[in-house]
Amino acid sequence: MAKLNVNPTRMELRRLKNRLKTATRGHKLLKDKSDEMIRRFMLYIRENKRLREEVEKELQGSLKAFMLARAVSNDASIEEALALPGTKVKLETSSKSIMSVEVPVFQITQAEQSELYPYSFASMTGELDGAISSLSGLLPKILKLAEVEKTCNMLADEIEKNRRRVNALEYVMIPQLEETIKYITMKLDENERGATVRLMKVKSMINQ
Amino acid sequence: MREGSVAVIGDKDSVLVFKAIGVDVYPVDGEIQAREKVHALARTYSVILVTEQVAKWAEMYIARYSARPYPVIVPIPSAEGSQGLGEARIKANVEKAIGADILFDKEDK
Repeated sequence: MAKLNVNPTRMELRRLKNRLKTATRGHKLLKDKSDEMIRRFMLYIRENKRLREEVEKELQGSLKAFMLARAVSNDASIEEALALPGTKVKLETSSKSIMSVEVPVFQITQAEQSELYPYSFASMTGELDGAISSLSGLLPKILKLAEVEKTCNMLADEIEKNRRRVNALEYVMIPQLEETIKYITMKLDENERGATVRLMKVKSMINQ
Repeated sequence: MREGSVAVIGDKDSVLVFKAIGVDVYPVDGEIQAREKVHALARTYSVILVTEQVAKWAEMYIARYSARPYPVIVPIPSAEGSQGLGEARIKANVEKAIGADILFDKEDK
């Protein structure tokens, strides 16, 4: 590992020793952060996987039911039936911090849950009712999935970034500093020995 | 706390039914249209569901929002079935964070 390009002086040595101390402490802290983030990430990713599987399965069921409904009645009447939905999904959004990563949190505040089926039952097939009711039950799960998946995504990005920092400190910064400190110490020691030898030499010359 | 709402973008067959449960529906049928919709809706909605096809089409636009908490853009399977994009994303996340895929490995054994 290459040493830094600095003058071998006591002042520089002191400065580098301080930097090394900071770097070592930073490295330890970042490593701890990384460990904790991975622990949290594992909790979330398990939930993410479970939710994803459930949502995909159930959503496909609802969509199939809807396809059937579309096959039974004609397109125009289905569109007409769904043209004016009786309800609207509203969310309360905020964010929370997981290891200083801002992740979204939201809650459904379904305002006017007055009428789930915006059409008369007489005019539409039963398949459509089924599709809509199952989808409506699935919606909270879909939103939960959205939340968890985004959290996982952001945590994964942050973990990767953090790992780069840890590695840069561990394999570049700290060895470099150590090497340079060693170089300066050796240089200073060498100078000192040189000075001693010179003094001894001068003394013996005077004595002669 | 802020108010937010949900939108869904995708082919008509897959998204129309979302209208009944109070989600705003934006049918698209083309790559350019999909990109424009994602771009246009990202500021107004806090949660955007996109079908896997749209997610593929508008990948670049979706990636742009990945660093921010909102909007949350989630791929969902379309009426034709899942192409495994959601699972692939989970896998990619695990690999990115841990370095090896430990979630899906376990089940194969």
